[in-house]
Amino acid sequence: MRETTSILPLTLADVTWAVDGRTLLTVAAAEIHKGRRTVVLGPNGAGKTLFLKLCHGLIRPTAGRVAFSGSGGDARAPKRHAMVFQKPVMLRRSVQGNLRHALGLAGVGFFDRRRQVPAILAEFGLAELAGRPARVLSGGEQQRLAIARAAAVRPELLFLDEPASALDPTATRQIEELLLRLHGEGLTWVMTTHDLAQARRLADDVLFFHGGRLLEAAPAATFFTAPRTEEARAFLESRLFW
Amino acid sequence: MDGGATLTTMTASLIRAVDPAFLGIVLISLKVTLTAVGCAGLVGFPLGAALALGRFPGRSLLIVVTNAFMGLPPVVAGLAVFLLLSRSGPFGGLGLLFTPGAMMVAQFVLVLPIIVALTRQTIEDLWLEYRDQLTSMGADRLRAIPTLLWDARFSLVTTLLAGLGRASAEVGAILIVGGNIAGFTRTMTTAIALETSKGDLPLALGLGAVLMSLTFAINGLAYAVSRLGARYAG
Ligand SMILES: Nc1ncnc2c1ncn2[C@@H]1O[C@H](COP(=O)(O)OP(=O)(O)O)[C@@H](O)[C@H]1O
Ligand SMILES: [Mg+2]
Repeated sequence: MRETTSILPLTLADVTWAVDGRTLLTVAAAEIHKGRRTVVLGPNGAGKTLFLKLCHGLIRPTAGRVAFSGSGGDARAPKRHAMVFQKPVMLRRSVQGNLRHALGLAGVGFFDRRRQVPAILAEFGLAELAGRPARVLSGGEQQRLAIARAAAVRPELLFLDEPASALDPTATRQIEELLLRLHGEGLTWVMTTHDLAQARRLADDVLFFHGGRLLEAAPAATFFTAPRTEEARAFLESRLFW
Repeated sequence: MDGGATLTTMTASLIRAVDPAFLGIVLISLKVTLTAVGCAGLVGFPLGAALALGRFPGRSLLIVVTNAFMGLPPVVAGLAVFLLLSRSGPFGGLGLLFTPGAMMVAQFVLVLPIIVALTRQTIEDLWLEYRDQLTSMGADRLRAIPTLLWDARFSLVTTLLAGLGRASAEVGAILIVGGNIAGFTRTMTTAIALETSKGDLPLALGLGAVLMSLTFAINGLAYAVSRLGARYAG
């Protein structure tokens, strides 16, 4: 009912981002497609976080174009994409306070917020934790809340920056299952990781970054079997120099 | 009879014995100081937050001035308020001089810079941490202010208590604009300052004890709030 036109695909063309004349990110061309699980892959410092921030609009390209389709291109329209940061900031409130606030900022009215929060808590397995101060949750619980908070506003596209990099294997699996479920329910997401095994498990499409450049953009099957660049081959064989 | 009741009775009889006006003085002090600090909080919190997040010319100057005014000598504040409220002054028509209202204004002036400056620092630090997250969730700087104020609530209560400490201890400003009129503008500090030399030592000692208890209570409260804040801050 609230679905109007899709904001996808997201298209980047000739994008650079520079600080003090130093170019830190270069993306000649990239597309994020609806319904595809896009994994942004690369070693530390490759530019993955910068890429997400550019797509999400937290930083503006120095040159080039980052363009959503449809109403996504309209700055006045409500934002239809959300982001989960590598270190999500938990507001100094309870778990449900965090959810309520996110809904409030997205323009959901007071009574609708009260109505929606219990359902969201249940959906993300946070019901037991509803009244807990968010900052005392475990890492895995905080990450789940961060995803719930971002997904609560029903975005079409969700950016996730290394959502499992600080988690143990069990919590990592939970997060991956959660992401797969959300994808199954129609959410398109883009996540970064430096974890090759995780990329293999989750990716439909791969964007491979190295040294602040997008070096390869390909379907996962192609990227993992026939990488085109020496850097990607080295990364896949875990012998990548920084 | 248990110990607490005995103590209460003793204190009560002591107060009556010392001076029937004792309680009145304490109440006037509390009324003036709490009103002044309360108003300073209502004005100072949003002002401090606006100063933290605002981008306008003269912002740096305003921050320096606010910081400097934290150390404003109470007698100077009193003198300034006196001139403003005196019959020939711009606000003379209000007839506030030598009333509790004048004392509230003077303490408001003294406490406001403290609250604005400390709030600005607190909110600015918090904004550094929250900026990307709040921006991502759709808040612009203006919309971020209430969020930041609420999330800084424990620090801000401490800020308020710092203001309360300054206001309850000062004598210079309220003496000048209040005049230490018995039963009307005589407060704990002005009474101690003026009645000691007139030989009313028991009154001064009693009030001094109340003031000290108040200071302890404020600090105890500040500690409790910071503990509570640590729980939420994780
Ligand atoms: N605001 C900034 N100013 C200067 N350098 C930055 C800034 N943000 C990121 N960088 C640099 O850009 C490079 C890529 O950073 P980032 O995108 O965080 O890498 P990744 O997320 O892939 O580990 C790093 O070398 C980092 O130090
Ligand atoms: Mg990163």
